[in-house]
Parts: sequence; structure tokens; C-alpha cells
Amino acid sequence: MAQLTMIQAITEALRTELKNDENVLVFGEDVGVNGGVFRATEGLQKEFGEDRVFDTPLAESGIGGLAVGLALQGFRPVPEIQFFGFVYEVMDSISGQLSRMRFRTGGSFNAPVTIRSPFGGGVHTPEMHADSLELLMTSTPGVKVVIPSTPYDAKGLLISAIRDNDPVIYLEHMKLYRSFRGEVPEEEYTIPLGKADVKREGTDLTIISYGAMVHESLKAAEELEKEGHSVEVVDLRTIQPLDIETIIASVEKTGRAMVVQEAQKQAGIAANVVAEITERAILSLEAPVLRVAAPDTVYPFSQAETVWLPGVKDIVETAKKVLTF
Amino acid sequence: MAAKNLTQLDPKKTLQEIEEKFEMFQILNEEGTIVNEKANPNLSDEELVELMSRMVYTRILDQRSISLNRQGRLGFYAPTAGQEASQLASQFALEKEDFILPGYRDVPQIVWHGLPLWQAFLFSRGHFMGNQIPEGVNVFPPQIIIGAQFIQAAGVALGMQKRGKKAIAITYTGDGGSSQGDFYEGINFAGAYRSPAVFIVQNNQYAISTPRELQTAAKTIAQKGIAAGIPSVVVDGMDPLAVYAATKDARERAIRGEGPTLIETVCYRYGPHTMAGDDPTRYRTSETDSAWEKRDPLVRFRTYLEGKGLWNEEKEVVVIEKAKEEIKEAIKKADAAPKQKVTDLINIMYEENPYNLDEQLAYYTEKESK
Repeated sequence: MAQLTMIQAITEALRTELKNDENVLVFGEDVGVNGGVFRATEGLQKEFGEDRVFDTPLAESGIGGLAVGLALQGFRPVPEIQFFGFVYEVMDSISGQLSRMRFRTGGSFNAPVTIRSPFGGGVHTPEMHADSLELLMTSTPGVKVVIPSTPYDAKGLLISAIRDNDPVIYLEHMKLYRSFRGEVPEEEYTIPLGKADVKREGTDLTIISYGAMVHESLKAAEELEKEGHSVEVVDLRTIQPLDIETIIASVEKTGRAMVVQEAQKQAGIAANVVAEITERAILSLEAPVLRVAAPDTVYPFSQAETVWLPGVKDIVETAKKVLTF
Repeated sequence: MAAKNLTQLDPKKTLQEIEEKFEMFQILNEEGTIVNEKANPNLSDEELVELMSRMVYTRILDQRSISLNRQGRLGFYAPTAGQEASQLASQFALEKEDFILPGYRDVPQIVWHGLPLWQAFLFSRGHFMGNQIPEGVNVFPPQIIIGAQFIQAAGVALGMQKRGKKAIAITYTGDGGSSQGDFYEGINFAGAYRSPAVFIVQNNQYAISTPRELQTAAKTIAQKGIAAGIPSVVVDGMDPLAVYAATKDARERAIRGEGPTLIETVCYRYGPHTMAGDDPTRYRTSETDSAWEKRDPLVRFRTYLEGKGLWNEEKEVVVIEKAKEEIKEAIKKADAAPKQKVTDLINIMYEENPYNLDEQLAYYTEKESK
């Protein structure tokens, strides 16, 4: 099996689906000759031609609207928003239009669109590049939201996203693009959307996370193991819809839970997970479900980001509170 | 009936006629010769020398910024070489009370408009103090979202108009930026209110890798002003005198209450898009690069000034040394800025902290004291 980085796994998934389905179109700013600013589309224009893989003029709202229109013509658009911080420019196309296509036409049209976009902190970008804005998407009924944490998951989830007949927002954490390699089968495979993955089994505490914070959570679990705590780490992989079954099963097993997210604390994914757990499993809980998240400021100017971003220490500290409650 | 009417229409011809009118405005050609004496803004000798000095200084600033970035002593940086005439000659046409809304490549203009260089370096390093604009300096921090500054410029200009100020708002974007909705909205709003704005599109031929031809079917970007009903012009963006004259003219019209102008400055960015991994060899040829380098703004302006006896190597060396010295000082000053803390950032969110930020302030105060 090949050892690939996450960005290579993403390119592989795009190549697989461009091959499988002639309706798949890949487009966005600099995705053609340049292969994308992170090289996610490297070589794809050469392989599949300018009809299938093409550069757009510089306009995020244009890219979103184009995806809606192409979907109406039966295509399966896979546009790229160069950085997810630019999503504000395309909010109407996503939250006002794409997400409502099936609903407002009473099911006569649907939007099999997958919007890919890099996001995430820790790589010293300028403003509006690193923000975790997934909550803007999870507050939009009608879209699914996927955030992979490993190369293996990235490929299988992206193939599923592209094949899905509803719009999927597929967010790629920049720090994970090249920071490590993982085993990725050369053949095609899918990972169902809406299914979490238990990345580490444990019996004393459940840490629920997604994206880059899965790795921080796994490191924290190792630290806690040294002190005799057995920690389970659940990687959500899809943050809308949530895999309630896996979350609740884990919480019922451990009786203690916490949620770790990179985004600011206010109105986040973690708050939503906590609400689901308390509504469904309060009698299994030995302690309040706590959150680890970034503070409620705008994403920081890059000099302060290492302190601002949640890390292993914050997770261990909060885990101990939950474990000793 | 309908068919007969249709034969009388020739929308293609209308477009062709409009496009033909957008000839490139030039005063000083590549050889450093004045080719349009009538339009010569007749800057004084002192002003010519000052403008040349600023261009040389800024070229050095660009070179130093690139190497400081490579050494890890600067952060985000978008190279400016090739765009000195477009950036500096347009700023040179302004008065202090005019307000600049820059894109992220437009740091030189705001520095020459009064932002201390050490702050520009802090902006590059990702420190909030870099964006703390000193009292009396009429600039906004560099905009990251492409085109967002265009519509804000319409707002600043409308505000100036309402206050009865004799000043303008000036804003910059690139050829890519002219595709954003914000661009059209900005020029259209300013046109609708006849507000005193000057919109500059620095057409440096590539939006990262995407060539100008892919941005739009329009032959020029300037002609987009026609749709907004505002005067517009294509200028040789590597000719400092043409850029100065066009900006001065647009400014004067705006001050007279005649509304905004769109200026397309045709230029080239010699370097990469930014220092964060862009590789221009993937999308440009060295032949294209050298063709544009022959039109270099510094080369032609130097020739022109030398011909007038206003410039020589010694003068240039003095400017270069001054630039290097001041850059060194500015870096030192940037180094001396207090380390940015999360608690600093919490305290600039609102006038008064809500409960969550109060709690987080306590948490990070402890975390950062360790």
C-alpha cells in the first residue's frame, strides 16, 4: 500500500472520480496549470483536459454560482475555494442557494456539488486564511460537512462526497496536508458520510474531536495513559450530520466525555455535540461534558497563534477535570 | 418587424468602437523619452528627484523584504518590483488628507503616505500593532479579501462628500480583483453617488497563476468603468509620469464634484505572487519576464532624469544606502515591539468584554504568565 500525504490522497480521490464519471468537473482559482496553491489538483488538467479541470476568474461568489448552474445541467461540480476564509464572499451561493436546491424545487432538482477548501491554523498565514468557519456551514441546513484527519479518510471521504447527490462541504486542514503520511490503498474505496471513527479505544473517558485536533487529542490520550487513564478518541469525520450512534455508544461505555475543537468556543460544533449527549445520554454521565476550544476572538494575527490554538496541555488539563469530577 | 429591427442593431460594432477608444496612455516611453509632451504633468525638478528616490528606495525595500522573509525575519510578503510607477506615482499625486485603501501588495503606498515602516514589518509578521494606524495617517490596513476595499472606498468617498472634505478615497486592486463582485459594486456605487473616489486596477498580468486573458472577455479592464458610467482610462503602469498625470487628473475631477474614475495601470510583477511557495515558472516564461523587464519604470525614469542632469549614480547610491539604513532601523524597532499575546487580542474584540472573553482573559493571562 502506498504511503501518501493527505494532499496526495485528495489528488488521488479527484483523479479517481474524474476517471469514473465524466460529469465530474474540477474548477476554481489557479487549479489548472498551477495545480492549485497547495497542488491538490496537480497534473489533473493535463490528464483530463481544460474542459474538465479549469481555472475560473477570481470571484468566489462566481465559483459558487457556477457550481449551482452546472449542477442544473446535470454536472457533478467539485469547485475549490482557495482558502475557506474567503467563504464569506460565496455565502449566498452556498447557504442561500446550493443548500436549498432540493428543498425549494420540491425535489425536482438536486445539487451534487462538493466544495473543497483548505482551512485551519498553525501555518502562519495572513488574515482570513486559517479561520475555522465550519460552524457557518453546520448552521446551514441542506449541506453535509466533512473534515478528514488522515490521508486514508481523506481519499475515501472525498470519493463519497463527490458521489453524494447533495451538496457537501469538504474542508481540508492545511496543517495536515503534508505533516505526515499514511497508508492509502491505490484502488478506489469509500468511507460513508456521517460515520465517525474510533481512532483509539478506551474505557474511562471519551474525547470527541475532528480535523487537526484529533491528533492533539490522541497525543493527550497517550499522556493520560501514562497516568493510568484509558481514553477513547472519536474522530467525527463528518460534522454534519453527526454520527450520534457512535458518540452515544462511546459515552455510554465511558460515562465521561469532552469535546475538542480548533474553532472558537462560542456557538461551535462542540456545543452541538454536548447538547446531543446531554439530551440522549445524561443518565450515563458521571461528569459534565466539557469543551476545549479556542478563545472567542477573531482568529489571531499569526504571531500569537501557537498559544491561541488549543493544544495537548489544554486537553490534558480539561480531561483531568472530567476524570476527577 | 422584429427581424427588420434586429438588422439595424450592431452590438458587436458598439463594443468594438468602445474598445478601440481605450488606447494606452503614455508620456514617458521605454527609452526614457517624452512621447506625449502635451500631457506632461511638468513636475518640478525637486519632485522628479523625489519620485525617482522613492522608486529606488522601494525597489530596495522589496529586495530586502524578500531576503528578510527568506531568513524568517518577516512573514507574509507580496513582492512589489515592477509596480513602482503604478504604486508610487499614483500615491505621489495625492494630498495628505486623501485616504488610501490598499490591497495586500500595496504596502509601499501606505508607507509613503505616512505609515511607519516598522509597523509595515509588524503587519508582515502578523502582529496587531502593525495595523494600529497613527493619528493623522489616512490609510486603512492592507486588505486580504480581494476586492473588498473597492466598495469600502465608495463608502469612504461618500463620507468625505457628506463632510464636505476636499479629499478623495483611493483604492487599489489587481487584474484578478476586477473580477470580484465587490469591484463592480464599488465603482457602481461611487458612480451612482458621484463620490470622490479613484479606483486603480494594477493589471500586473497574473492573478497568482491565472493570466489576464482568462479573467475577462473585455479587451481592457478600464472599459468596465463604462458600464458604471464613470470616466476610465488605461495607463502604461510602468510609466511614472503617465500614472501620476492620470491620477492627478482623476483626483482633481473628484474634488470638483465630478465623481469617481477607474484607472487601469498596465504593469508586471517580477516576483512571485507572495513569498509563501508561489513558483512563477509554473505559469510564466522567462521570455515574458524579460520582455516586461525592458519596460522597467526605474530604468526609463533614470534615463529621463539623467538626460535632464537631475540624476546620477552617486545620487542613486545615496538613496540605496539610506534605504538600507532605514530598513535596518525599522526592523530593529519591529523587533523591540512587545511579544503579541492572546490577552492583547482578547482586549481588542469589543469596547467592553462580555462574560466569555472575561473568563478567557483570566485563563490566558495565567497561561501566558508561565
